[in-house]
Amino acid sequence: MVPVIVVCIYLLVTLYIGSIAFRKGKSNTEDFFLANRTIGPMVFFMSLFATNMTAFAILGSSGLAYKRGIGVYGLMASSSGFMIPLTIFIIGTRLWSLGKRFGHMTQVQFFRDRWECSAIGTAIFALSVGMLVPYMIISIMGGGRVLHDISVKSGPDKKPVMIEVQSEEKVTTMLPVIKDGKPSLKPDGSPELAPQTEVKLVTKKVPDAYISFEIGAALVAIAVTSIVLFGGMRGTVWVNILQTLLFLCFGLVAVAVISGSLGKTFAEYMTDMDKSEKFHALVTRDKMTWQEFWSYSLIPLSSIMFPHMSIMCLSARKVSAFKRTVVLYPLAIMAIWLPSVFLGVLATQTLQGVPPGAEDGVLLMMLKQYAPDLLAGILGAGIISAVMGSDCHQVLALSTMFTKDIFQYYGGKEKYGEKGGVWFARAFIVVLTLVAYGVALKTDTGIFELAIRYAFSGFAAMAPVMLAALFWKRSTKWGALASALYVAASLAFFGWLQHAYKPGTVIWSVGGTPIISSIPIVGDIRVMGFMTVVPMVFGSALFMLIGSVLTNPPSRATIERYFSSRGAAAAGGGIPETPAPLPGAIKA
Amino acid sequence: MKSFLLVLMVIAVYVLHQDFWNWSSARLVGFLPIGLAYHAGYSVLCALMMFVLVKCAWPEHLEVEESKLESSPSNGEAH
Repeated sequence: MVPVIVVCIYLLVTLYIGSIAFRKGKSNTEDFFLANRTIGPMVFFMSLFATNMTAFAILGSSGLAYKRGIGVYGLMASSSGFMIPLTIFIIGTRLWSLGKRFGHMTQVQFFRDRWECSAIGTAIFALSVGMLVPYMIISIMGGGRVLHDISVKSGPDKKPVMIEVQSEEKVTTMLPVIKDGKPSLKPDGSPELAPQTEVKLVTKKVPDAYISFEIGAALVAIAVTSIVLFGGMRGTVWVNILQTLLFLCFGLVAVAVISGSLGKTFAEYMTDMDKSEKFHALVTRDKMTWQEFWSYSLIPLSSIMFPHMSIMCLSARKVSAFKRTVVLYPLAIMAIWLPSVFLGVLATQTLQGVPPGAEDGVLLMMLKQYAPDLLAGILGAGIISAVMGSDCHQVLALSTMFTKDIFQYYGGKEKYGEKGGVWFARAFIVVLTLVAYGVALKTDTGIFELAIRYAFSGFAAMAPVMLAALFWKRSTKWGALASALYVAASLAFFGWLQHAYKPGTVIWSVGGTPIISSIPIVGDIRVMGFMTVVPMVFGSALFMLIGSVLTNPPSRATIERYFSSRGAAAAGGGIPETPAPLPGAIKA
Repeated sequence: MKSFLLVLMVIAVYVLHQDFWNWSSARLVGFLPIGLAYHAGYSVLCALMMFVLVKCAWPEHLEVEESKLESSPSNGEAH
């Protein structure tokens, strides 16, 4: 019960911080969505980092390491340590500058203005929202799962108290095929069998908890909604400071506490695993292929393309705020991921009877088993911080996009004014969270699979569009449209393949060499062994290139507005006093 | 020349991520398996790379634009 009380106190503190921000806020969209672009360097780093960290970073990483070993760190964390700060350095700083000059608050505002387009900007908006919403749902699911796992009741032996529950589950059994009232036989005389799926009432044992998944998800959703609804960007950023401090300390404290409670040293556990036939692969990268390992290095391209990350980049007071952020970023990732992955691998030795599908909870199980209740609660609050930090920004980003890119762009600003925009954003936040919560209760897909399939690959594949907009004068809206359509079609195509073919199927081969296949068990699609992010990123770049070369470039005025002034400014020429008005540019 | 060296550095760091030579080794560095210890070190290398980029390739022109904007507030309110 103690961990539950600690986490509830934490939630109340975040709400209090959000309420202070509410009192400081002003009734205009720039203040509500971007805190008037006044975030200082250290707060900017902490908030940008919190924006990008989710339940994924702590629970997903340890769960995946439990299944696949230490390679998970190189697969996801160190590749992110390379790519994310680099893209913030190259893309984030430019976005910030353009946002400051032209007043952009979203990526779509920038694309519309840069390429003199309206409908294509709306198409990119639809694609971005379609990919971001699942990510937001995952955050709510992560919150529900964490609160449930933290509040699991323990017996005197510190093991979870189990209860029996009945639930409806799809059960597939092989049944004889009946033809003309008789069992059908194969040529060898054995009965022909076919899979038949039916819904059965299944009784299973699950840990008893003070807070159910549904209540936990609702509590996190309410806390997130309240912070964003009342505090806007300012409230979110202030809460992020507490959250980042908590989850950066989480890993180190968790490792220290658990190491003191184990029967053997970490080195002894690792040596035992090396010698064990069953566990050896977990202390190497034998459970992954080089194609997968390399493919993953492209996934972090998605980070800066997530709307909540790019919007966060616009909130800095000065461009110099990025300096500290990009240097500290790889170290902060290491502070969270290294302990999580290591403890996930260690859990294979210290936890018994982790049921399939419950791997994402191994870290919490270890905390409950080895840490004092009070500390387990504080560490649990650290995990909840990771969940909520990102979730707040996702909700705020979606609300920013709907308000600026749709509501105000299509006439809402003239009709209802700035104050009306803020109220629209607030109403939207409530509706969005209610819908996301409803979906979270109905969806049972694992954290990693859903996030990577729908959001990460798609956003990574949109990175060439952003690079072209920022650095290639000749890029056009048609190139951007071709690229966005290719990304949307790829997502739909690979999603369909995954749905249509059983895991472990070679879908298309040439001369005996598999070209497209689905991997065993999980069923993710591979193209010549590479993850789908590879053809998506390179295909998107190709479509951007071809689409731009074949069509007319934007007007000279727009190109000069975006490129010449930078060169002139660098040479001491400054920014044009009055930018030329553009057809199709952002409406005032 | 400076730009070329910096690009070369970024490519080199990217390539170093693919440490195929540690693939199947479970040798310990302290209490960490080599595959984990290497990538922890790699994270530190990434921080150093970013430090070098900030020192040597910082987009100074953005700071110039920023100061111009601050001295003439109307330019920052185009929309």
